[in-house]
Amino acid sequence: MSGKATGPSDALRRSGAPDEADLARVRPDTSRLAGGPAAVLECFQRIPCDPCASSCRRGAIAPFADINDLPALDRGKCNGCGLCVARCPGLAIFVVDETFGPDEALIKMAYEFLPLPAKDQVVSALDREGRVVGRGRVVRVLKPRTREETAVVWVAVPKNLAWVARNIKVEEDRHG
Amino acid sequence: MRIIDHPILEFNKGRPVRFTFEGRELVGHEGEPIAAALHAAGVRVLRVSPRLHRPRGFFCAIGNCSSCLMVVDGTPNVRVCAEPLHEGMRVERQEGHGEIR
Amino acid sequence: MNSVEIAVVGAGPAGLSAALAAARQGATVALIERDERLGGQLIKQTHKFFGSGRQEAGTRGFVIARRLAAAVEEEPGIEVRLASTVLGYYSDKVLYLETPDGLSRLRAERTIMATGAAERMLPFAGNDRPGVYGAGAVQTLMNVHGVRPGKRVLMVGAGNIGLIVSYQLLQARVEVAAVVEAAPFIGGYLVHAAKIRRAGVPILTGHSVKEAVGEREVQGAVVWRLDEKWHPLPGTEEPVDCDVICLATGLTPLSELMWQAGCKMVYLPELGGHVAWHDEDMRTTVEDVYVAGDSSGVEEASAAMVGGRLAGLCAAASLGHDRGVADKKAAAREELAALRAGPTGERIRTGLAGLRKAGGLG
Repeated sequence: MSGKATGPSDALRRSGAPDEADLARVRPDTSRLAGGPAAVLECFQRIPCDPCASSCRRGAIAPFADINDLPALDRGKCNGCGLCVARCPGLAIFVVDETFGPDEALIKMAYEFLPLPAKDQVVSALDREGRVVGRGRVVRVLKPRTREETAVVWVAVPKNLAWVARNIKVEEDRHG
Repeated sequence: MRIIDHPILEFNKGRPVRFTFEGRELVGHEGEPIAAALHAAGVRVLRVSPRLHRPRGFFCAIGNCSSCLMVVDGTPNVRVCAEPLHEGMRVERQEGHGEIR
Repeated sequence: MNSVEIAVVGAGPAGLSAALAAARQGATVALIERDERLGGQLIKQTHKFFGSGRQEAGTRGFVIARRLAAAVEEEPGIEVRLASTVLGYYSDKVLYLETPDGLSRLRAERTIMATGAAERMLPFAGNDRPGVYGAGAVQTLMNVHGVRPGKRVLMVGAGNIGLIVSYQLLQARVEVAAVVEAAPFIGGYLVHAAKIRRAGVPILTGHSVKEAVGEREVQGAVVWRLDEKWHPLPGTEEPVDCDVICLATGLTPLSELMWQAGCKMVYLPELGGHVAWHDEDMRTTVEDVYVAGDSSGVEEASAAMVGGRLAGLCAAASLGHDRGVADKKAAAREELAALRAGPTGERIRTGLAGLRKAGGLG
């Protein structure tokens, strides 16, 4: 069903950054967000790819009838664990937790660069176009067992950046 | 220019070996392509074209395109993007077609 | 003279898969590779592959290469010949090889040509300057030999290769000034584009490179805008600070050996240029010659692996090694059809329709 959804916006096809219409299609509703961490699959284009479905232990991502389909997520089954974040070959899955703290939201994101940040390190938060939009605090770093897997970083950001921050920049020289 | 640490890859290089480029002594790793060792040392101009005398570097890096022909130990037209580096090699820029001595 | 049932030329994703499939059917196979190691261009692919779990989706390319190479080395029916280049194929089914021990001949009942593809050049002033490199060369230098190609790169082409190599450059801590793409839209997968955008790399669609700057080596570039017919718009020139211009402007099949062997060649731009005409079993007009991988039509590596498997199965079956082959062939064809089914497979489908029109694909 989701495979027949509208295609990616022209803005995304021109620039590589999704626009509001793209994002509106993958954003959980307010009541789901109030229920804790939620996976957000920023996957807008039908390509032959299906590893997300088998990555979810709770069966929240339906098996693909056609491997070109867009993923279909059952938000009721998803508990925002983030297993799919490290598995997605396109690094297109994020987990957003708006209930993380009174002022902060938590974002779980894949991170394949060096240096990896350390827990409690303050990093720059970047938006989908790589602009610095604020500061983030690293809450947890899930280092892969081998270099061939993907690290996942949990970053706390101000609540107003929950739908903006999608990358981090780690300063090489830490001055606190 | 060498990558020391990488998020995904590990590089198992051969032992360091000495070689010369235009008489200047450089260090590379045993078995890596000559072009990789030169590039790591900042050398990008590998030869000069026969007719218009334009500087050339490598282009394909897999032994396909002949852009990187150099004189190695006196032998011209060696594709240095594919030729492994060994201790003591004498590498020179090739001018034009190169002469078979 | 040595002889073998099946010779496979090229040990990239298609050739490795073809050799494995043929040997597992019971054929004796010689796998001939001009490089000093197995894997072809797979060894420098650090991104995770797409496709379905059956084609190792989610696994990085170089890990797939390692697994395939290990399987080939464990397979007693396959004899591997590295650092060996096939110079010609002759009508008495004989291949001429240049090997580390000199020239030699090999008679093969069937030959599968999996010779891969080469980078396309782009015409612009100064495109012969040292510092203008093919995207494959940048990957080889960086991901195989651990040497950075430069400090700051202008990427030309926003197909999958241009997008993926841009990301790999960032991982190697090389700056990417921008990606320029002549077409109005990004050609590669948008998830790859999104990854480099999040890292701050601009993607300029409707732009191309006008010239390389620098007397002796690349010291910069000039880019300009194109109209919808891809004509440059004078007055829109902008300088780019870079020391490398990386061309990811497409691949064309390495088909010299097919031409030389006398295979009928068909020009199909969607498949990358001239490809050997082939039927549904990947067989060319030279009866004993099969093709697989990019040399049968430029496509993603996941498809090359399935196509190679199909060619290996069919070549082995034609020599009587046909145990269970009908089901295995059907499964491979089904996987190929699935990989090509979506909107991103349209170009390949158009190319294959052209081949079918030329009487190919059965």
